[in-house]
Amino acid sequence: MQRRNLIKALTLSASIAAMGMTWTVQAAETIKVGILHSLSGTMAISETSLKDMALMTIDEINAKGGVNGKQLEAVVVDPASNWPLFAEKGRQLLTQDKVDVVFGCWTSVSRKSVLPVFEELNGLLFYPVQYEGEEMSPNVFYTGAAPNQQAIPAVEYLMSEDGGAAKRYFLLGTDYVYPRTTNKILRSFLVSKGVAEKDIEEVYTPFGHSDYQTIVANIKKFSAGGKTAVISTVNGDSNVPFYKELANQGIEATDIPVVAFSVGEEELRGIDTKPLVGQLAAWNYFQSVENPVNTEFVNKWKAYAKAKNLPGADKAVTNDPMEATYVGINMWAQAVEKAGSTDVDKVRDALAGQTFAAPSGYTLTMDKTNHHLHKPVMIGEVQEDGQFEVVWQTEGPLRAQPWSPYIEGNDKKPDYAVKSN
Amino acid sequence: MPTAFSRILFSLLLLLPMAAQAGDANDFAAANPAKQASLLQQWSANPDSARLALLEALQQGRVAADSSKQAFIEHDGSYRAVEGDAAPTGQTRKLRLNNRMRGLISTAMASHQLLSDDPALRLAAAQELQKRAKPAQLALLEASVAREADDAVRDALTLALANLQLVDSDPTVRLAAVRLLGETGEPLARTRLETLLDPDVESDPSVRTAAETSLAQVKRKLLVGELLGQAFSGLSLGSILLLAALGLAITFGLLGVINMAHGEMLMLGAYSTYMVQVLFQRFAPEALALYPLVALPVAFFVTAAIGMALERTVIRHLYGRPLETLLATWGISLILIQLVRVMFGAQNVEVANPYWLSGGIQVLPNLVLPYNRIVIIGFALFVVLLTWLLLNKTRLGLNVRAVTQNRNMAACCGVPTGRVDMLAFGLGSGIAGLGGVALSQIGNVGPDLGQSYIIDSFLVVVLGGVGQLAGSVMAAFGLGIANKILEPQIGAVLGKILILALIILFIQKRPQGLFALKGRVID
Repeated sequence: MQRRNLIKALTLSASIAAMGMTWTVQAAETIKVGILHSLSGTMAISETSLKDMALMTIDEINAKGGVNGKQLEAVVVDPASNWPLFAEKGRQLLTQDKVDVVFGCWTSVSRKSVLPVFEELNGLLFYPVQYEGEEMSPNVFYTGAAPNQQAIPAVEYLMSEDGGAAKRYFLLGTDYVYPRTTNKILRSFLVSKGVAEKDIEEVYTPFGHSDYQTIVANIKKFSAGGKTAVISTVNGDSNVPFYKELANQGIEATDIPVVAFSVGEEELRGIDTKPLVGQLAAWNYFQSVENPVNTEFVNKWKAYAKAKNLPGADKAVTNDPMEATYVGINMWAQAVEKAGSTDVDKVRDALAGQTFAAPSGYTLTMDKTNHHLHKPVMIGEVQEDGQFEVVWQTEGPLRAQPWSPYIEGNDKKPDYAVKSN
Repeated sequence: MPTAFSRILFSLLLLLPMAAQAGDANDFAAANPAKQASLLQQWSANPDSARLALLEALQQGRVAADSSKQAFIEHDGSYRAVEGDAAPTGQTRKLRLNNRMRGLISTAMASHQLLSDDPALRLAAAQELQKRAKPAQLALLEASVAREADDAVRDALTLALANLQLVDSDPTVRLAAVRLLGETGEPLARTRLETLLDPDVESDPSVRTAAETSLAQVKRKLLVGELLGQAFSGLSLGSILLLAALGLAITFGLLGVINMAHGEMLMLGAYSTYMVQVLFQRFAPEALALYPLVALPVAFFVTAAIGMALERTVIRHLYGRPLETLLATWGISLILIQLVRVMFGAQNVEVANPYWLSGGIQVLPNLVLPYNRIVIIGFALFVVLLTWLLLNKTRLGLNVRAVTQNRNMAACCGVPTGRVDMLAFGLGSGIAGLGGVALSQIGNVGPDLGQSYIIDSFLVVVLGGVGQLAGSVMAAFGLGIANKILEPQIGAVLGKILILALIILFIQKRPQGLFALKGRVID
C-alpha cells in the first residue's frame, strides 16, 4: 500500500510540476538562449564554469529587465565532451528548442563539429575560448583570442630582455588541432625572426598524458644548448604532472621559463601552485587585473557561486574564457536591442562595431568585418595563491588576425566572414 | 692586475659594511627595471656581506617600497626599515620581480655567499656560479679562488672560473680551462666546448684539439647520466603501472571478475587521501607532512569496505556470467564517478606533496631523481611483498587460492566460499586504494582519474598472465621500461601505439600471457 501511495504522490507532484512549467512558458514570452558546454567527461573541468557564468550573466540581464522587454530563458544541454554529440545537441537547440543564439564549445574539435550545423540552419554561435584561427564563419562570433592576440605576443615577450632573451624554443603540446596549428604558426614566426630550425623542437603528447619524465629530461638536454623557453599548449589536466615533474627535476622559471596558453586560474585550482611560481601564462584577462569593472565582476561571480552553492564556491575564481563568455552575452544583448529583433541576420549586422566595457579594463570592440574582438594581451606570472601577476601587457587592444600571415596562402583569404563550404 | 685591484676593493668594502646597505636598498627601490638589473650586476661583481640580508629579502619577495620610494623589509607581516627605525609613509607596495631579475638576484646572492664562513654555503654558491657566472665576475672569482681554503669549494670555484676563461686572450689559460672542463659532466660544458671546435671562434689549434678530447670525455659522462635517467624513468613508470594493476591482479586475475570499476577504486583511494589531507589541514596543521602515511590505512579500509559492499550486493549474483559482470561493474564505475562529481565537483581537487616528497636528489650533473618517484618505487615493491605474504603465508590466502582453483572442492572441504570471495574482493579493492594514494602524489585527483588507468591495468594483468602476481610485476616493469626506451626515439603518441600493437601481437602468439598457471585446475 505504502509503495503505491508513494508512486501516486510522485506522479501527482510530477504532473503538477510539468503543468507549472508549461504554464510559465506560455504566460511570458521569452527569448531562448542555448548553452552548449560539456558538463561531464574530460572537458567538464573547464566548461562547467562557463555554463555557470553564462547563467549568471543571463540572470543579471533579466534583473535589468531583459532584452527588448522580454526575459531571457536559458536552455542548457550537455554534449558530454563527445565531439559528434556537440553537432547533435546543437541541431536540437536550433530546431527543437528554437533558441535564438547559442553560447558554447571549448575545444576546437567541438567547434568544428557544430560549425556545419550552424551554417546550414543559419544559427548564431558565440565561441569564448582562445583558438588557432584559420576560421571565420558568418554564423560564429569569436570572443576568445586569435593567435596574434595571444601566442605571438607571448613569444615576442620571451625574446625580449625582460622575458629572458630566449634563443631556443621547445614547443610542447597535446596532440590535436589547436596545438598543431598554433605551433605551425609559431615555428614560421620564429624562423622569420631568425631562429634556426635546430633551435626549435616540437613535441606532442596524447590527451591525458601523465608521465612527463622523458619530456622533462629532453627539455633539460635541449636547454644546455642556450637560453631556452618552453611554449606549452598542453591542454587540460595533463598540466599538473608536467609542472610537478619540472619542479621535482629542479627546473626553475628563472632557468627555463614555461609560457602556457591553456593554463588559467580555473586550472590552477586543482594544483599545488608552489612549484609553479614564476611560470608564465598569456591571456587577455586575469582575475588579478585591477580596475573597478573587474572588481565588480569578480565580486558578482563569487556571490553567485555562493548563492547557487556551486562546488568549491568558497574558492571561486574567474578566468579568461569566463570573461569572454560574459562579454559575448552582453554584446549579443546590446546588438539585439539595437536591431530590435533576434533575427540572426539583423543581429549579425548590429554586432559589427559593438563595444563593451570589459573586466579586462578596456572597452572591447567587435570588429566591423572579421567577427573577432579587439583584445589586449597580458603576460602573467603564477603567484603562490594560484593567481597571476601581470608582468607585461600590450598598450591597447589588438585587432585579431584569424588568418595568420605566418601560414602560407592566407594572404589570399578575404577579411570578412564567408561560409566554410 | 684585476686580482690586485679587486682585493683592494674588497678590503675597502669590508671596512665600511653598514654604510653601503641602506643606500643600496633605497637605490634599488627607486630604480627602474633596467637600472635595477645593472645594480644587481654591479653587486654580483663586488659582493659586500652587509648586503646579504637585502638580497635574501629580495629573493623571498619581502622587499617593499613606500610612497617616498624608501625600501622596507617585511618581517612577519610588519615592515621595517633596512636601517634605523623609520616607519613607512603612505602606501607600501611590494617590489615586482620578473624572471630575469630573479636570475640576477640568485647570481648576486651566490657571489655574496662566497664571503660566508660556512664552507657548505660557499660550495653551493660556487656551484650556482658554475651555471650563472657573468664575465664581469671574473676578478671576483679569481680573488675567491686565491683566498679559498676548502679544497672542494676551491675545485668548484676553479670550474666556475674555467667557464669564463674560455675566452681569455692568453692561449695557455684557455688550454688549461678546456682541459679542466673535460673533467666535469655538466651539460653546459658540452655546448661551451662545442663552440670552441669552430676555427673562427678558437684560433689556436692546440686548444681546439684539447677541446675535442675534453668534449669526448664530457659526452661519455653525459651518456651515463642519460642512460641511468632512462632506466630510472622506466622503473618509475613500471612501479606506477604495477600499483594501478595490482588490485586488479587479485579481483580479475585471481577471482576472475572483469572488474571495470577497478579504476574507480583507485580514484576513491586518491579522494580518501584528499579527505585525510583536508582533515589534517583543519585539525592538525603542524603534522600535515605526515598525512600520506595516515592516508594509507584510511584509503585501504575505505576502498576495501566499498569493494566488499559491491561484492555482496552486485557481483555475488553474477559469478560465472562474465558479460553481465562487465556491464554491471561498468555501470557501477559510472555511478561512482558521478557520485564523486556531485560530492566534490567536476574540478580536480588539490593534493599537495608534503615537503619530503617534493624536489629530488642530484646524482649526476644531468641526473636528478625526484623523491616522490623513488618513494613510489619502494612503496610498489612493499605492496607486492605484502600481497605475496598475505596470499601465501596466511590462512585467508590459502582459502583464496583454494577457492579460485576449485570452488566446489574448496566448499566441500568446509571453506566458506562466499566469505572468502567477499574478503578477496575487498583485499583487491583495498590494494587498489593504496595505489590511489600513490597516484595522488604524482598526478591529478579528479573524478575521471580511474578512467586513465583502467586500460593500462588490464594490459598489465593480461600480459602478465591471469592469476599470477609475478606475471603482473614483470609485465608492469617490462611495459614501463619498453615505453621509456621507445618514447625518446619516436615520441609519446607513436610510442603508445607501438606498445599496444606489440601487445596485440604477443597475445595472439601467447594468449595465456607471460606466466601461465600449469596443471589441471585451469578450466
